Amino acid sequence: MPAAVPEFPQARLQELADRYAAAVAAKRRRIWLGAAILIVATLAAGWMGDVNLSKFAENFWRFPAYFAGIAPKFSFSSAWADLAEWFWGLPRWARLLGDTLLIAYMGTLAGGICGFVLCFMASANLVKSRAIVFATRRLLEFCRTVPEIVFALIFVLAFGLGPLPGVLAIAIHTTGALGKQFAEVVENIDSKPIEGVAASGGSWIQIVRFGAVPQVLSNFVSYGLLRFEINVRGAAVMGFVGAGGIGQDLIEAVRKFYFTDVSAILLLIIATVMLIDFITERVRHRLLGLEGAAR
Amino acid sequence: MSSFGIEDRAAIVQRYPDVFRPNWWQRGKLTIGLGGAIALFLFGIVQLDIPFSRLSDGMVRLGGFLRLMVPPDPGSWADALKYLHALGETVSIAFLGTLGGALLALPVSLLAARNVVANRIVQVFTRRSLDTIRGVDTLIWALIWVGVVGLGPFAGILAVICSDFGSFGKLFSEAIEAADKNPAEGVRSAGGSHLHGVRFGLLPQVFPILLSQVLYYFESNTRSATIIGIVGAGGIGLQLAEQIRVLEWQKVSFLILLILVTVSAIDWISGKLRFAIIGRRAVA
Repeated sequence: MPAAVPEFPQARLQELADRYAAAVAAKRRRIWLGAAILIVATLAAGWMGDVNLSKFAENFWRFPAYFAGIAPKFSFSSAWADLAEWFWGLPRWARLLGDTLLIAYMGTLAGGICGFVLCFMASANLVKSRAIVFATRRLLEFCRTVPEIVFALIFVLAFGLGPLPGVLAIAIHTTGALGKQFAEVVENIDSKPIEGVAASGGSWIQIVRFGAVPQVLSNFVSYGLLRFEINVRGAAVMGFVGAGGIGQDLIEAVRKFYFTDVSAILLLIIATVMLIDFITERVRHRLLGLEGAAR
Repeated sequence: MSSFGIEDRAAIVQRYPDVFRPNWWQRGKLTIGLGGAIALFLFGIVQLDIPFSRLSDGMVRLGGFLRLMVPPDPGSWADALKYLHALGETVSIAFLGTLGGALLALPVSLLAARNVVANRIVQVFTRRSLDTIRGVDTLIWALIWVGVVGLGPFAGILAVICSDFGSFGKLFSEAIEAADKNPAEGVRSAGGSHLHGVRFGLLPQVFPILLSQVLYYFESNTRSATIIGIVGAGGIGLQLAEQIRVLEWQKVSFLILLILVTVSAIDWISGKLRFAIIGRRAVA
């Protein structure tokens, strides 16, 4: 007996096909509308941003030429001498890189401590007063949104040139960024330990210390390490505005066309950033792994 | 039923010695860790020569600056219009930079993804190049591009394109590798080529994720585009740096307010768009 495939009547099929076509057409229309808006926005932004493609085409050769220019002279016969000449300033640059790392570290630690204190006040599950939560959140938002370089520019005027304004600028920015991330972690914790401490008569400090902190600490350290990584990049350019670190030498080399110095410093910065990324990623994975094992 | 009063504490401790015994190993590790962190901080103070004498003076001066900042005031209408134009430049830099970076990064991220290009050498080479590009800060790219196309927002756009190219290449290739491989296999088992599998099996899955990442970067680029003007690459940072240098504090606070309002407006808009695209899912 041949299998009978039930067939829809023609009218019903036509209706379904029409509906399919309509759905496809609606999707196409949406995509075209989105593309049109995107193109209009691109043109408007291009007009606003002085995009000049002919100037770009005319001068683009300068971009690879710049990299060719900053490449050092190198020949195999005198590789070591060339290398020594290329990295002639290594002791000074290494010290400045160390300073950069210290600026990033001190800024992250100070900002992390401030963020740690403030994040509990910005968590709606620990603080009953809406006003305190709102005010703390706005404060953190302010610290986060104003770029650290702007803080550094202002602090350089107040505290003078040197690493101090750099550390303070990074600390303030870190307070805002970590405070927000910490608060998000705290808002997602289990509420039972908090209720337990509150029910046995703990004060607010005790609730935070014994109810909240043990749940969030490993997450906090992980976020702190990630922020340290970001701050190393930030500290490398702090010197552009006179706030210490390797940036000072870099901008000087760029502005005065000391070509091989530019490439040497850039390579050192890239290598340091990659090394720090690698180390913090390892530590973070270990921390998260430990947390996973504890559960 | 017994009640736990203070007087029973000794009895409880005696009954459960394991719970109350101090864990010296744990405490030792914690003490060493904290001690190391504090020692490094103190070493930093010594090494960086942090002048504590200047701290109090500086605070006083900072307080003076803050007093001079209120009320925020652009000076004149002409100046206000100039700042709004600079703000438009900043938003344009962020928009075009993000768009250009994403468009350039998409093909490269396919090269860096394990499930698209099976060649290990191509993949490793692409990854390391992207890492190098990412290691250079946007401000440094801006410095380089200012030398190529001259001062102005165009250099800023190119700088944001460069640094976003590195970040997007990494993020996109990770998103593509995390995609479910069954649809692509389905396309291939129905007779499609490898490219068909990528186009109809892979891209439809990852496209919403990529779009939401692009929107997220648009937000963060608005913040970074506010500062690249400091090295002459256009936008509001140029005005801000200038007004800080000439100590026009009321204009400075006006500019900072302008930046705050713009960034939160863009946060809000792109947050809405993100949720419209991927639903209420968390962005990885």
